[in-house]
Parts: sequence; structure tokens; C-alpha cells
Amino acid sequence: MPAGDGSEAALLAARRPLARPYDGPRMASLSRDEVAHVARLARLQLSEEQLDTFTPQLAAILEHAADVEALDLADVPATSHPYPLKNVWRPDVPRDAGIREAVLDQAPDAEAGMFRVPPVLGEAP
Amino acid sequence: MSAAATGLPEGWGMVIGLEVHCELATETKLFCCCPNSFGDQPNANTCPTCLGLPGSLPVLNERAVELAMRVGRALACDVRRSVFARKNYFYPDQPKVYQVSQYDLPTNEHGHLDLPSGLRVGITRAHIEEDTGKLTHVGGGGRIHDASHSLVDYNRAGVPLVEIVSEADMRSSDQAREYVAELRSILLATGVSDAKMEEGSMRVDANVSVHREGEPWGTRCEIKNLNSLRSLGRAIDHEALRQIDLLDAGDTVRQETRHWDEASGRTGTLRVKEDADDYRYFPEPDLVPLEPSAEDIRRIDAALPVLPAARRAALAGAAGAPTIGAVAIAVERDLDTLALEAITAGADPARVLTHVEHNLAVEGAQRVSAAHLAALVQMETRGELTATQAKATLAEVVATGDDPAAIAKAKGYEAMGADALETLVDGVIAAHPGEWEQFRTGDDKAKGKLTGFFMGKVMQASKGQADGKAATALLRAKASA
Amino acid sequence: MSPVDTARSTAAAVRAGERSARSVVEAHLGAIGERDGELHAFNLVTADAALAHADEIDAQVAAGHDPGPLAGVPIAVKDNLCTAGVPTTCSSKILDGWRPPYDATVVQRLRAAGAVSVGKTNLDEFAMGSSTENSAFGPTRNPHDTSRVPGGSSGGSAAAVAAGFAPLALGSDTGGSIRQPAAFCGIVGAKPTYGAVSRYGLVAFASSLDQIGPFATDVADAALLLEVISGHDPLDSTSIPKPPLSLSSTLQQGVEGLRVGVVKELLDAEGIHPDVASRTRAALEALEGAGAKIEEVSVPAVIYGLSAYYLIAPAEASSNLARYDGVRYGLRVDAPTTGEMYDRTRTAGFGAEVERRIMLGTYALSAGYYDAYYGKAQKVRTLIIRDFEAAYERCDVLLSPTAPTTAFELGAKADPLAMYLNDVCTIPSNLAGHPAISVPFGSGDDGLPVGVQIMAPAMGEATMFRVAAALEGARA
Ligand SMILES: [Zn+2]
Repeated sequence: MPAGDGSEAALLAARRPLARPYDGPRMASLSRDEVAHVARLARLQLSEEQLDTFTPQLAAILEHAADVEALDLADVPATSHPYPLKNVWRPDVPRDAGIREAVLDQAPDAEAGMFRVPPVLGEAP
Repeated sequence: MSAAATGLPEGWGMVIGLEVHCELATETKLFCCCPNSFGDQPNANTCPTCLGLPGSLPVLNERAVELAMRVGRALACDVRRSVFARKNYFYPDQPKVYQVSQYDLPTNEHGHLDLPSGLRVGITRAHIEEDTGKLTHVGGGGRIHDASHSLVDYNRAGVPLVEIVSEADMRSSDQAREYVAELRSILLATGVSDAKMEEGSMRVDANVSVHREGEPWGTRCEIKNLNSLRSLGRAIDHEALRQIDLLDAGDTVRQETRHWDEASGRTGTLRVKEDADDYRYFPEPDLVPLEPSAEDIRRIDAALPVLPAARRAALAGAAGAPTIGAVAIAVERDLDTLALEAITAGADPARVLTHVEHNLAVEGAQRVSAAHLAALVQMETRGELTATQAKATLAEVVATGDDPAAIAKAKGYEAMGADALETLVDGVIAAHPGEWEQFRTGDDKAKGKLTGFFMGKVMQASKGQADGKAATALLRAKASA
Repeated sequence: MSPVDTARSTAAAVRAGERSARSVVEAHLGAIGERDGELHAFNLVTADAALAHADEIDAQVAAGHDPGPLAGVPIAVKDNLCTAGVPTTCSSKILDGWRPPYDATVVQRLRAAGAVSVGKTNLDEFAMGSSTENSAFGPTRNPHDTSRVPGGSSGGSAAAVAAGFAPLALGSDTGGSIRQPAAFCGIVGAKPTYGAVSRYGLVAFASSLDQIGPFATDVADAALLLEVISGHDPLDSTSIPKPPLSLSSTLQQGVEGLRVGVVKELLDAEGIHPDVASRTRAALEALEGAGAKIEEVSVPAVIYGLSAYYLIAPAEASSNLARYDGVRYGLRVDAPTTGEMYDRTRTAGFGAEVERRIMLGTYALSAGYYDAYYGKAQKVRTLIIRDFEAAYERCDVLLSPTAPTTAFELGAKADPLAMYLNDVCTIPSNLAGHPAISVPFGSGDDGLPVGVQIMAPAMGEATMFRVAAALEGARA
């Protein structure tokens, strides 16, 4: 027997006294429409089938995060960098990286020293 | 402050807030060592970082921080602890597909800008961010919607910008123009940017909304990328009227981004605000916070030049009150020091400012010495030069740098002293006794009419060398004697 | 498993001219040729370049120059580290064939130390996974049992060292991606303090968590490799401005008088397999026998670690992976407009796990959810750091299992959340930015290796490696 088989539910139950035991993906609060909206923001073209798969999976993960969501942390500062540093900068001295040709050679499409893309419909948001 | 003239229909008002993007005058980009320069071969100034290659990381340009803080202090902002944030959106001019900017913790906050007219415009924030690359649309006449494809040049990507966001404190397009002109002069004076609107190193977006007086402000629209003061003024006025027309017709104003077409003189829809505006800002984990010390801020303050508002105040103080327009122009042309020194040397302030405003809007004016300007004005005051002669003499001073007295002499502007003028005027009166009698006994209207007659005769007799003002005063004095 | 000389003995022999770098590299290329078809540790074996480099090193030795502390030592490099001119794929179709125009800082430092890269190792796509099954180029197998996973995401590097393909390898660790595969493959793997090793040239997964670290067959080799790659790098703004770590000189000082705490929350839970728990307790006893003071400590906030991690890491990933848009490099699937080109390229280029995490992260950052998810998770990091600080007032290092179980079968964890639970013991160190090392300590009833994790406060690597060396000595 491989060690650990079937132990995930127990593991979860032990770790999260506030959350109910994990017993596999399920339909939850996250709607299919929300998932489709997020896919558009992330520029992923999910098939109907993928939406059906992802929706309960993402819902389960978010449900697992519900205990974090439920914490009252109003007075706790956020940590965005684990090792606190400040004022890191470099001198304003130019240097030629010399990579132009190597990069343009590998571009999916290039023209006149520029990256070529299909028509761009609409302005930058 | 009196109410601004808006040019809007009776009962309507507009409010304007401006966002000004300004490229910082650094040698390198904001987060990499590529040159910050304009007009090079496409993609010549690129590296892994500003192309967003996998694995690359940003390292902040110290000079860009210094310049941004200088802008902040020049605008009386609090310069504070700041944090970079990622603004996420897909667009091909954005090599990392996020823009590094600042969000809830900008470098500069809560400042103001005092305009020559006396209006104080609040500065909400002035934050640091990176510029995008440049897209060229090929085919379809270069218009985005008809193009066959587009080309991307990332030379501009990562160029350091400050975005200066004003409070919505302006009530007319004139005030908006005044604000941008004043801001530009500060950016130039502090050496922060070359601030060329036409070349895009200074770009203005205007947020405009309108209301019927007494009602709340309506939905605002943003007009993007105005690249001259003229466009700024016209676009704002047009946009305000467009919104009023909509509201008058019972329609609503949609929140949207619009562009200004200088040729047609209209604004058009660029983009309606939509869910793609969910930028998912979060603190940029690849950069650490900026925390200027009190000492850093003192050092920046100490290095700031005297700003236009203070220069205006100094000159106005020396010149007396009713000269606000001319004082502003003197500062704008960088002639305020010249004017101030000439006044200090004893020249009549009004005449000095008149010359600065009307006769020194020329190349090389800064080279005129204060001593020469003072001497010229004093000759004029003593009646040794007419206004016309003084102007011609000043032009020679600018061109040659010679002494004004020598120039006047060489031009044959012989001094017509007070005695000579009186002799000449007496001669003209004696030659025209009928007209003189009418002038002497007539009312103001008649005097006004005959002044022209006598002045013509005086000028004729003096071959144009008489001082018109002095001659008129003499005539009036003799009539009432 | 072929017996492997240590990196130390190999480098010493090459530097002394007793053994040629070419012969060393040839032997390892031979091992790769024999068995990598079965294991698939490598995405790419750079045999010609490795031999040419070995010849250069031999020439340096012949000319009386010292090629450096890793002279002639073969090393396997995780395929999310940029290597100039050599394909760097992140095991993703979206970067298939991409050749970076520059070297990662760690790759430069390896070269400067005389190490010879033999190839790029397989990983879970963009380092997202715990089994190396999420690779666009197929899974890597565990050298101890090829029906099992090697762990992940640095499974290729771990398998390469365990199989004797190279005495050293580099991995990256965002939530346990070095330590868990080291445990599964029975080798040593360390995640340094955040900022101790430059991330320049590491293709980003979650920038505030990612660190590069060493794999080796023993603690001393891992220490040597970490010494070579650590130290300040001006190209990484989060790099700690300190000189390279000094570890080897204090490695054998023992643990007499050191205080070792075992983290209650990470040991007593039912989810930890009994074999793993008993090996962890055995490790404690071994350290006690070597003179350490043992106590049980509580780090209460670690129970929120997994949740916080699976909000923070995907959020940062969703932004880091936005740049794969088909415009500048990598895959492009053509389309009539740029917008459709984005959609098609990204959908075709990313595997399901990457898509899932991008979706999750996009959601966690999106308007209306930021405060509840990403913002809260960043605050949980603060809680975890505070709880660790309290524990480190009483203890010099902390101990826990590295992974809840031994290596599992390929395909055993089809459900994403079940897979994520593998990282429960390793994630807290990433969230806190602290160093941690996995040391093999015996095996379970299934005969598969068990790893024990030693954690230390920020920049506490020297003590951590000392304890690791003592534990390794006790195992023998
Ligand atoms: Zn660059």
C-alpha cells in the first residue's frame, strides 16, 4: 500500500477545525458565469466542457479558503515582501543590452524591426 | 475669484480635472539600463526587462525617483512612503501585459498649484509609472479599425513618467489651459522634463462634466491625449457643450473615454468603460517600497529653483499691483530677472513691463542687460526718445548688444528736450489760430477731435521725433492756462 | 542507482588534475543515456556543450588556473532557469523552443565556479504542481520506483540527482517544489531565505514566494552549491544585500546545546502518514542523542498556510503569466485579430493546471474580491511570520515532516485540491520567507524514502545546515 492513500480528507479535517471536511469537488457558490467572466479577463478561451470542470474545482478551492476569508484581520498589516527592504535602486547609466536581433529573430512575426500583430481592435483600456 | 467665463449657455456650469503624463528627463528607462531616447531605430533600446522576457526583473532608476519627488515638492505635495503596483491589462504595447505604476500609495499626494490668475488647483497625487511601447497601424490609412496589421516598437516601453492628477477645481477651458501652461513651466524650471506637448513628452487627459447650477455634477467623460493647449481648450468646450446638448434632449451622458479630433473639432467615443477595466491592481512583488527620509526631502527642497509663482510675486512686488498679466508674461519668457533688475536700477516699472511684453518677445531677448534696458527706459521717461524710437532702439540693443544712447544717436534720434518741444508746439499754435481757439474753448469732445489735428501738425513739424504723449499734455496745459 | 561521488570529491580531483572534467562529464552523460529514457528527468541534455565546457575546464587546470569550487562537477538545471541560447521551456508548449538571450544569475555563478551544466530538467508546467505530471512533455518518474512520481515541481532535478545523472541540481521552490521532491527521491534539497539567491533569470511563478535552491546527495554538497549561488545581485531588487552564505565551515559543529522544536500542527495531524510521523520522531530522538534540546512548539497560524498560499501564488502567477500573449516570443496561434490571437495562443499553450491557477488568481485579484482573498492572505502571512518569530524565541530551528506521505503513484491525485494538500508542511516557510531543508531520514514501510524538514529564521541557513548535517550523520 502506498503511504498516504485516501488520507487527504483526514488531513484536511485535522488542519481546519473551522471548515467542514473535504470530500471532493462539489458545486458551490462560484457560478459558471463568474468563471466564464474570469476566463475572459485572463484571455483564456474555455470550452463548455472545461467550464463544467473548472467551476466546481475552483469553487472547492475557494471554499477551502473560506476560513481565511472569515478571519478578522482588520488590525493586521499585510506582508507583501517576506524580507523587508526599501529604497533599492540603480544609477541612471545607460547600457546596450545587445539582444535586439536575437529577440526579433525569435519573434512569432516581425516586420521592419518591429513585432507584427494582427489588427488591434480598440484602444488600450 | 470672480466666476470664470465658461462660454456655456446661461445656467450651466462645467468642472474639469486634468491628468498630465510627463516623461522624466533621465538617461535610462525606469526599470532597466536601456537609453531613454526618442527617434532611434525600432526596438533598438530594448533589453530582457523592457521586453518582458521571461525571468527578467525590474530595478528602479534612482534619478527617476529623484525627479518625481522634485515634481512633488514643486507642487507642494507630501512626499511619502510609496509602493509600486501592477496594473494588469492585455494590450500589445504592454510588454509584460501589466504596467508598473503606483496605486493606493503614490510617491506624492495632497499638493496644489497656484495659477497666475490667483486660482489654486489641488493636486491629488503625482505618481511614478512606466510608459508603454508604440503601435503603428499598417494599411487602412493608419486608422486602427481599418488596419491590416499593426507593428510594435518597445523603445518607449518603460520610459519613466510622472502622472500628475489634479482635483476637479477648474471651471472653464481657460483655467484648464492656464493650469497646463503653469504646470509646464514648473516642469521646465525644475529640469524634470522637456515637457513637449507636440512630441508627446507631456500628454494631457481631461475629465469633464457639467451641471445645471444648483444640481449635482453629471457623469464625467475623459478626453485622452490632448497634445496642445489649443486642442485642450477646444476639446473641453466642445465636450461640455456635447454633454449639455445630451442632457437638454433628455438623454444621459455615458461614462466613457473620448478622443479629440483637431481637424473636425469634435470629440468621439474611444471606449466605453466596461469590465475590461478590472485592472486587478496588486503590490508589485519584484520591487520594494520607497521610503524617503526627512533628510532626502530637505535635500530635494534645497535643490529646487525659485518657482514661477514666487518669481511672479517678486516682480509684481517691485512693479506695483495693476500689472499681473505683464508680470506673468515676463516670468513665462524668463525675462523677470531682467525686468526686476531694470526696475531696481531706477527704470519706470510700467515702461519696463511694456517693453518686456510687447518688444522683447524675440530671440535673444534674454541677452539684453538690465543696465541697457534701464538706460533706455530712462531716456524715454525724460522725453529723449518717443515710444516708437524706444522700440526701434531696443530692437538694435537686442541685435547688437550696444549701448542704447549710442544707438539712438546713430539713428539720429536727437534728443528733443522739453524746451524744444514747447517751442515747436507754440509755433504750431501760432500758425493755426482758428483751430486753437476752438480747441481752447471747446468741450472734451471737441478737444478730442482737434487733438488729432494738432498732433499731426506737431509730428509733421518734428519729422516724427516729438513725443506724442508729452505734446498732447502740453497742448492741454496751454489751453487751460 | 549508480553510486555517485560527491561534488566535493569530484571538484577536488579535477582541481588537483587527478581526474579530467571530460571523464567526469562523460560518465554522467553515460548514466543519462542509459536510464533517462525511462525516467525522463531531462527536457534537454546538452551533451556537446557540456563536453566542450569540460574541455575548457581541463585546459584551465592544465594551464595552472583554478576553475573554481565546483570544477568539472556536472549539474542539472531546472528548465525554468534561463540559459543563454539554450531552450528554456518551463515544460510548457507556450515556451517550446524559446532560447533566452541571457543567463540567469545563478547560471552565471555556476559557470564562474566551474560547474558544467549537462541539461535542463523537467518540471510541472511553470512549476505549478507537486508531482511533475503537469509537464507538456510527459511526466518524470521516481528512480526508486518508476510507478511513482518524483514529487514536484522540481521532479526532474530531484530524479536526476537521485539517479546519479548529476551530483548536483538546481530547483526552484515556491511552495515546496525543492523540498518535497527531495524527500520523495531520498536526497537533500534546500529552499534558502527569500532574497538569499537572486531570482534574475528564474521564470516567475509567484514572485514573492519563489526561491532557487540546491539539490545534492548529501548536506555538505548542498551547502557548497548554495554558497556558490547565494549573495547579493543588483539585478534583483529583492536580493538581500549581503555576501554569499558561509555554510561549509560550520557544518560539522554539531548540535550540542541547540534548541530544536517540533511543530505540533505539522506533526500530530491525522493526515500525516504514520510512517512519516514516526520517522520525524526518530529524527528528533537522533538529534536529542546528538546533544540537542528537543521541545514541542506551536505555530498556530500555519493551519491557514495552505489557504493563503493558494490565493497568493495563483494571484501573482495570473499576472506573471499574462506576458505569454504570442506577441514577442514563444507560441502564437494565428487569428484575425490580436484579441482572438491572445485567446487562442494562451488556450493552446497552457495546460489545465496552469489555466486553473490563472483563473483562480485572476478571480482572487478581481474587483470586489481583492480584500477578501488576496488582501486577507497577505495578512495571514504576517500572522505566520509572527507565530514563527515567537517559536524562534524558544528554538534555534524547527522540525516537521517534509511531505505528508512518501511518493505516490502516477495519476493518484487527479483532484487538484488533493494534490495541493501535499504542500501543507512546506508552504509556511515560503509564506514567511524563511529557509528550510529536507534531509532523507530512512524510509516508510513501502520502502520509499522519507524526508524530514528543518526550518530556520531568515538568514539562519548556517544553523539549519548544521542541524541537517547532524541528522544526516545520525542516519548513517
Ligand atoms: Zn530595457
